[in-house]
Amino acid sequence: MNIRLDLFITFFKIGAFTFGGGYAMVPLIQEEAAARKGWISESDMPDILAISESTPGPIAINCATFVGYKAAGVTGSICATLGVVLPSFLIIALLGALLDRYRDLTPVKYAFFGIRAGVLALIVRALISMYKKCPKQRLSDVLNCKGAALFLAALPYALMCTAFALVMFAHLSSIAVLALCAGIGLLTYLYSLGRTEK
Amino acid sequence: MTLVSLFFMFFKIGLFTFGGGYAMLPLISEEITRRGLLSAEELTNFVAVSESTPGPFAVNIATYVGLHTAGLAGSVCATLGVVLPSFIVILAVAHIYEKFRRSRVVAGIMSGLRPAVVGLLAAAAVGIAKTVFFQSGFVLSAALAASALIFALILYLSLKKVHPIKLIILSAGLGMAVMYTLSALGCA
Repeated sequence: MNIRLDLFITFFKIGAFTFGGGYAMVPLIQEEAAARKGWISESDMPDILAISESTPGPIAINCATFVGYKAAGVTGSICATLGVVLPSFLIIALLGALLDRYRDLTPVKYAFFGIRAGVLALIVRALISMYKKCPKQRLSDVLNCKGAALFLAALPYALMCTAFALVMFAHLSSIAVLALCAGIGLLTYLYSLGRTEK
Repeated sequence: MTLVSLFFMFFKIGLFTFGGGYAMLPLISEEITRRGLLSAEELTNFVAVSESTPGPFAVNIATYVGLHTAGLAGSVCATLGVVLPSFIVILAVAHIYEKFRRSRVVAGIMSGLRPAVVGLLAAAAVGIAKTVFFQSGFVLSAALAASALIFALILYLSLKKVHPIKLIILSAGLGMAVMYTLSALGCA
């Protein structure tokens, strides 16, 4: 089979079977793109994930573009990206129209009353796992640090609180907050490298 | 809202969200509710739809908002907009990915962005909590207590790693049970 068509079909399948997106896709990509098709090697996977996380956009799109490019250049990346996006697009285009039509029916309204509370719980759950995954020292260890080490160890916590407060109370835009925190992160990271190299 | 401005709004959302899943939520809710494209309640409803359908949240919400505001052409423009920044950046990085991976500048920027995203998502969660717990049109006390209970139960189950789709179905069932009971009792 033509490799571009194969990329499109493979990523269409991956897109159609990953609910919740993002990390749910990783095992599927590993199996299809690495083990079965050999477009990337198994050892590429951690690198691809690291890059997907440190570049903008959904992880699913980033992975698809990357694998497509590795397998068949720019046209390959177009095929893989289109493939991974198309299932969501088609399903939502269909469901969205239904949702807009039926959302004022009493049972639907009642169901969504419960669903909104459930969704909030899922978001809080995601928040907890993002907090856990964010690289930082334990709070008890932070308090034992002194001087510049204390400043560096406390920084992730300080940035979380600052970002929260700036959006919540100062009504700054998320983009401004992200830019600010990226700048602070960069400066302190270079500063901490300088300290350890000395 | 024109097709071009839909495209650029989602291009901006795609360009400035790092990390998967709900990392997109703060920026999306800011852009979408500020422009009145969806209410906070409609957005929360849609998160449930997105959780129960395949594909990344960003693509789902772009398709839906595009459809909602400008029909099928709108959904194509919004989806293209949200996808293109990732696509372009990855193509650029794919050439130099060894360098990119070891870059101190990238590592430094990420060390600032990761905690920031946690703070932003917390702020978005507070915003959503307001719409969940203080919905207009319901008698506050009974419905509020019911929402709080459903929230606590679903959070507990999700921490026990029950699948999100099952949890959404369960919360839909609980929502109907509660609201039909409340309206039968005459307090909703």
